[in-house]
Amino acid sequence: MTTRVPERTDRGPLTTDELAARIARDIPVGSYVNLGIGQPTRIAEHLAADAGIVLHTENGMLGMGPAARGDEVDPDLTNAGKVPVTELPGAAYFHHADSFAMMRGGHLDVCVLGAFQVSHHGDLANWHTGDPDAVPAVGGAMDLAVGARRVLVMMKLFARDGTPKLVPACTYPLTGAACVHLLYTDHGVFEPGRDGVRVRETYGITVAELRERLAVTLVV
Amino acid sequence: MSRTVVAATTDEAVSGVEDGSTVLVGGFGLAGMPFDLIDALIRQGARDLTVVSNNAGNGDVGLAALLRAGRVRKVICSFPRQSDSYVFDELYRAGRVELEVVPQGTLAERMRAAGAGIGGFYSPVGVGTALAEGKETREIDGRTYVLEQPIKGDVALISAHRADPLGNLVYRKTARNFGPVMATAATTVVAQVTDIVPVGHIDPETVVTPGIFVDRLVRAEARRLTVQGAR
Repeated sequence: MTTRVPERTDRGPLTTDELAARIARDIPVGSYVNLGIGQPTRIAEHLAADAGIVLHTENGMLGMGPAARGDEVDPDLTNAGKVPVTELPGAAYFHHADSFAMMRGGHLDVCVLGAFQVSHHGDLANWHTGDPDAVPAVGGAMDLAVGARRVLVMMKLFARDGTPKLVPACTYPLTGAACVHLLYTDHGVFEPGRDGVRVRETYGITVAELRERLAVTLVV
Repeated sequence: MSRTVVAATTDEAVSGVEDGSTVLVGGFGLAGMPFDLIDALIRQGARDLTVVSNNAGNGDVGLAALLRAGRVRKVICSFPRQSDSYVFDELYRAGRVELEVVPQGTLAERMRAAGAGIGGFYSPVGVGTALAEGKETREIDGRTYVLEQPIKGDVALISAHRADPLGNLVYRKTARNFGPVMATAATTVVAQVTDIVPVGHIDPETVVTPGIFVDRLVRAEARRLTVQGAR
């Protein structure tokens, strides 16, 4: 069949850094952005210095700078992952109730979260495997999933054993229902929706191959 | 409450905490953790405590030390699992501590509600998830919300940067985190600070927690600790 979806089969899947750079390109100039713990923090390295993007960290800061090095390390200045960071000119500090009012109140433009699974309706599962031996820990994930005006997910499309992480329905406990606007993966960019998952672009795989490996309805 | 008391020692600052109390403990990881007040609480001996904090202890210090001392019956927090939360993990897996996981912003807002005299609030966070199970929901303007109850502490132990003897507090960077909210939400609020300056030496425009919220104040050296494995 013919498709107008850009299929980049001349190359393999995106590396984590390439994926971070791909997401960074889609973040509008001047946005207030929260980058989730883990891989999404690497997006910061790819944001243009002149884009005027202000980073929010939910432990209470806007205008977060890069990770602190050497003498810059200050135990009173960390990001949400407890990593020592720096402040940029124009930074602001605030308490937790204000920090989450920024999310819940719809003031935060974009968040990028990691995920265990995303469903074709845009349900997100990223906080708990449901394993009875695991210690559940949600942090700010549910607040971000519901509160940010645009929720982007950054993840690998397949788990290490090849199981798809874009699924008809999440089998892990949900973080938020129908909250994911765009899903960025190493194999492609997807837009969950009621009528199926729209494929925006692929990397190292064709839409036909994706249809064979994924159990969701793909729309092009 | 009455005027702020400046305690001579951390032991005096935490005196009178009763068994079975709900204790709000400030800090996000180790930033803003009231280490000296917790050490004093361990010496004081109150047990069967319900601790409300963002995390459930890091390494062997602060909240982790209180947990290890066996004083905590229940932890209400948003993010217990950390690379260095081994003290809590062991107690939890052994069934020796209860856990209530609350979304981070809901945790803050539940304490804010208690401190502001609000009897509960409807939040969109957690709707459709396991954390909203059994809670009342309500549709407002086409959106579904879940009813959340206030969390009130018997005691709050927080850490700030600077104070005056009236209890006005100034925080430092992201160590502010839960301090200002917890300071409003407990019957007895105890703050440890690195510096107490004379009345009039804090610019009123920069006060974050007004002294009306603070019952006891004590000076303690700042500890420069970061979470292990955070890099």
